[in-house]
Amino acid sequence: MSMPEPPLALLAELTHRCPLQCPYCSNPLALEGVEGELSTEEWCRILDEAAALGAYQVHFSGGEPALRKDLPKLVRHASAAGLYTNLITSGIPLNGEKIDALAEAGLEHVQLSLQDTLPEEADRVAKMPGAHAKKLEIARCVREAGLALTINCVFHRQNLERLDAMIELAVALGAGRLEIAHVQYYGWATENRQALLPSRDQIEKANALIADAEARLKGVLLFDHVPPDYYARRPKACMGGWGRQFLNVSPSGKALPCHAAETIPDLRFDNVRERSLADIWVKSDAFRRFRGTGWMPEPCGSCDRREIDWGGCRCQALMLTGDAAKADPVCELSPDHGRILQMVENGAGQETPPFRYRRKAN
Amino acid sequence: MARVELNADAVPRFAPHVQFRFDAKRTQWVILAPERLLVPDAIAVEVLRLCDGQASIATMVAALAETYQATPETLEGDVLELLQDLMDQGVLTL
Repeated sequence: MSMPEPPLALLAELTHRCPLQCPYCSNPLALEGVEGELSTEEWCRILDEAAALGAYQVHFSGGEPALRKDLPKLVRHASAAGLYTNLITSGIPLNGEKIDALAEAGLEHVQLSLQDTLPEEADRVAKMPGAHAKKLEIARCVREAGLALTINCVFHRQNLERLDAMIELAVALGAGRLEIAHVQYYGWATENRQALLPSRDQIEKANALIADAEARLKGVLLFDHVPPDYYARRPKACMGGWGRQFLNVSPSGKALPCHAAETIPDLRFDNVRERSLADIWVKSDAFRRFRGTGWMPEPCGSCDRREIDWGGCRCQALMLTGDAAKADPVCELSPDHGRILQMVENGAGQETPPFRYRRKAN
Repeated sequence: MARVELNADAVPRFAPHVQFRFDAKRTQWVILAPERLLVPDAIAVEVLRLCDGQASIATMVAALAETYQATPETLEGDVLELLQDLMDQGVLTL
């Protein structure tokens, strides 16, 4: 067994609790409860192990990570361990004082989610009155504390018309970076696909608009934009390749190659309560299964892009073909690509149904 | 906010919340920024090690010219281009 390169980053999902109920949440449908969450001491050990393993960054995520009262302590611990600290937040439980405390603890960067530029639409998607106004206040507090700010917005058929306005808003809020995240259809988003899937026309307009804004705002705003799966010709390098760059730890300590990996039924996931992070990264069945290129069937195995996209996304392959080891059907070269085209065709022009919101035991 | 265009008199420094450090495990210099990792090549590392918030680009170019026994004129364009790119990426600031 050859030694894999160390991970670049640890995705620390501190909790699945969240005050918002966005219908495209990337958490699994079976949300983990507060009773199973790792303790402060356990997270501190994981942070130390991640740094020793060679990770550069930690992304404190969730759910809403700021619901954990020990967040400042974990930030301080991560920072002292030499990890670059990012907070991925809805902003809702934060305030100026808490943000100052996080900055003092060594936090470098806040990625704040916005759902729309229209307050009533944003609050409808988040299913929380006043959420948008609160988020704008938090963005100001983040900048006042001198922290780096990224605005993240998940785009879909119901808010793509405001992409331009979101770009302007990100600049006005003093963000250095804007993450334009199209809905990825796993878990909750799959439940809401018909309500979210954009049209080809919307996507083409968005791509042109982003290209123009990127040139216009060079040196002012960085764009992080991954084209939406269903309209791509080649798959995304999901997680930068399975078990290559990221290690995700769930609230109860499950070590996952990606946050959706649990949808793959025959993978066995180790828990950080029982094995060290290094041991899991190098030896665990789940991380080794789709690492590298050896597992690839055709058309991936002989494809000259196999070390560019790493075969795309395993969860998507499973969901759309029933086999996680097949080529991601987003790829035009996949024999199952027709399923994607059919889904896009079926979705276009259809009525937009109401959301099924993300909540525990829905 | 507008894009900053660098010239030889400019004194760039690393932006807040950007870390330029040596990774002993992988034996390489890295730039850590919000949710991003850049691995500068050997030439960029030489330039960035001179980037201390005190030295102007002209001073940096002069130092590099001495090290590599080249004329500043032959280096200045490439150094400016490199630093402008990092400026545009939010790695550097004035």
